[in-house]
Amino acid sequence: MDLTRRDFIKTAAINSALAAATVLFPGVTFAAWKESGASFGSIQWKKTPCRFCGTGCGLLVGVSGDRAVAVKGDPNCSVNKGLCCVKGYHSVQALYGKDRLTKAKVKKNGKMVEVPISEALDLIAQKMKETIKKHGKDSVSIYGSGQWTIPDGYVASKLFKGCIGTNNVEANARLCMASAVVGFMTTFGLDEPMGCYEDIDHADVFITWGNNMAEMHPVLFSRMVANRKRRKNVQIIDFATRSTRSSLASDKSILFKPQTDLAVANAICYEIIRNNWVNWDFVKNHVSFHKGKTNIGYGTEDHFKFKDKLEKVDWNAYKEFLKDYTPEKVEKISGVSAADIKYLASLYGDPTKKVTSFWCMGMNQHTRGTWINNLVYNIHLLVGKISSPGNSPFSLTGQPSACGTVREVGTLTHKLPKGVVANKAHRELAAKIWDVPVSNIDPKPTYHTVEMFRALDRGDIRFMWIQVTNPMVTMPKLKRYRDGMKKDDRFIVVSDVYPTPTTDVADVILPAAMWIEREGFFGNSERRTQHWEQILPPQGDAMCDTWQIIEVARRMGYEKQFPWSRETYIEDIWNEYTRFHEGAKHGMAPYKILKQRSGVQWPFVDGKETKWRFNAKYDPAAKGKGFDFYGKPDHRARILLRPYEPAAESPDSEYNFWLNTGRVLEHWHTGSMTRRVPILNSAMPSAFVEIHPDDAAALGVVNGNQVKISSRRGSIVMDAVINGRGNPPRGMVFVPFFDEKYLINEVTLDAFCPMSKQPDYKKCAVKVERV
Amino acid sequence: MPIFSYLATPNDGQKNDLLRDLNNLEYCEAMPAENEELIILVTETTDPDEEKVLQKQLKELVSLQHLSMTYGHADQADHN
Repeated sequence: MDLTRRDFIKTAAINSALAAATVLFPGVTFAAWKESGASFGSIQWKKTPCRFCGTGCGLLVGVSGDRAVAVKGDPNCSVNKGLCCVKGYHSVQALYGKDRLTKAKVKKNGKMVEVPISEALDLIAQKMKETIKKHGKDSVSIYGSGQWTIPDGYVASKLFKGCIGTNNVEANARLCMASAVVGFMTTFGLDEPMGCYEDIDHADVFITWGNNMAEMHPVLFSRMVANRKRRKNVQIIDFATRSTRSSLASDKSILFKPQTDLAVANAICYEIIRNNWVNWDFVKNHVSFHKGKTNIGYGTEDHFKFKDKLEKVDWNAYKEFLKDYTPEKVEKISGVSAADIKYLASLYGDPTKKVTSFWCMGMNQHTRGTWINNLVYNIHLLVGKISSPGNSPFSLTGQPSACGTVREVGTLTHKLPKGVVANKAHRELAAKIWDVPVSNIDPKPTYHTVEMFRALDRGDIRFMWIQVTNPMVTMPKLKRYRDGMKKDDRFIVVSDVYPTPTTDVADVILPAAMWIEREGFFGNSERRTQHWEQILPPQGDAMCDTWQIIEVARRMGYEKQFPWSRETYIEDIWNEYTRFHEGAKHGMAPYKILKQRSGVQWPFVDGKETKWRFNAKYDPAAKGKGFDFYGKPDHRARILLRPYEPAAESPDSEYNFWLNTGRVLEHWHTGSMTRRVPILNSAMPSAFVEIHPDDAAALGVVNGNQVKISSRRGSIVMDAVINGRGNPPRGMVFVPFFDEKYLINEVTLDAFCPMSKQPDYKKCAVKVERV
Repeated sequence: MPIFSYLATPNDGQKNDLLRDLNNLEYCEAMPAENEELIILVTETTDPDEEKVLQKQLKELVSLQHLSMTYGHADQADHN
């Protein structure tokens, strides 16, 4: 018996109430709700990770016939324990927007016309071959996403790096977590967090650094709040540049001036040392000290190059370096009172408290993103609060497989599934597994994301295939890159599920099978690999992104490297891919186990998951009895001397406001999917600009007035919100980027961290005028 | 087939009383929040007359401070 209409409506009623409760009461949990399958007829419930953020909540999708009709949290998934956020509860409705792309389209005589998908795939392969022949292998590129499944990214890397021989492989995760990666690599020598979400159940203090978790990671925020309620002694400190829902639900909110988190982090370390809160045993045995280059630039010019050079220093040099960061001096830079800086230091320094720091885009989208990651690690290393339950510096990701696909598969220009292209042994391993000559793999990286789009504009790249992302909304300084894509002799392929501003500039559009319409794997923020089976048939001619790439690869003559059958290709790819990660440091669970469980954390060794890395008590790769930072040759984590340096562009007499951009609870990234979900779209129908009440009064602006926001790059006009959900301090405005009607990235600056190459979407100078 | 969902707020200290009262009413399913003074209520009556009776019963609950509707459906044509 299929699900009745009545059951469907009842499910919608429950989901709406849950969603409303989540919005009104951040952190509310309803785990006691009965497992309600029996009351809804013969729905089949299938497990899958949610696809709408990096948390990796387990969902159970209710299927009736060929249609997904309901969602509930997966009680067997340790990430969310049965809870979902408003996006998760409504996630399956994103499959059924009226304008789903179900047919391939090709531009003919200036117009997009529907064609059989085989014709579109033929054209893509032909164009790639022609472009390579005419302009060389580095004239073709692929740009993917942290929403790529692991097989998507793996076959993209194999085709472009292994077969074609170009390192023109990048992903939008460069825009969201590259600074976290370089932060991990420079401090620990290995990527991804050492801890896990279970830290939430052990920590006494949570300090969120520029991280509005109540809206961006609501389920994890709920777990924090639930712990505070249950254990009574738990504190949540919000350290941010703007007041948000997270600030309201925290025990204390501390605001700092943009970019000055660098100075505050150093001041916290100064205070820890001054008060002798240093964990000397830990520091002496597990830490080394290094300094790198300073005044490192901002990358706003084409062909910008930077390479850091580290120099080993000693404890005294570190102490000397910190003298510039007394709380009193930093108060003047940051606007954070010396008392609050000392308070933060006391929380980290108290040996009786377990401390977890969380961060995401606020620290990563930062022209010194790598540095601020290093500096927060410095704090945890100084007090030895790391790699043990509740003591965790924890970099959250924004996308469901930024870790699993982009970081672990290595879909960035310099990366391979194991290691980097510059390393001969890593190239040899890749060539062996991929069955290609090692000479195919170019040892030199080409373009990071911003430079890749610049290369497309310049004409160094002529062909770009974009999958599962929407760069014509998300690229900073957007006009330049949109104009570049529109140039006559560029060829743009876009694989997506809905029309977007990016499909608007495409020469070929491939309809993609969305999420549970194909089999896949994601990897979340806590090293958890999550498998789902194909639950629904794809709509129309929609095709899995992995299979699209396989089809094109075969048309280009790489049948030998892409031999798999349509029935088993995802399992076959997993088995091939995991050969890269064999061993105690990164062993991955077998396919069979991933199919059974709601996610498995790596390293997976001898049938056991690893919750905390670098601690021999939990990590099979760690030697000895205590901590072992085996990512570095000396087995020591690094405290890095990173100074405060100002932002690339700061307010001045003409452009006198900071512009901060970000996300909202209801919408996923550019809104291309969540704006098709009626209840989410109704809850948050349009973007807006948040203005401080005093600034609004000075401008003569009241709620709903239109204002013009202008920078040196461009301008937009939109409605003002005063005392809304978020509230920026005086001199700052905030605009979310989910709404393609208001392209805030026309205004932003394409400055990036010289080490991670991740752009800073949180800081540029604008002027604000009433229209 | 009127189906509604609500956020139900109890009077001070009466969450458990409200939960019991709601579960004792016909056509009601109640789900308490674990960590807030809040209950989700889903009602499912078979026709508008029953719905009116239920609405009256809800208004008379002394443990209930207020109800906020989050979803409403009152299509009488559906008999599935």
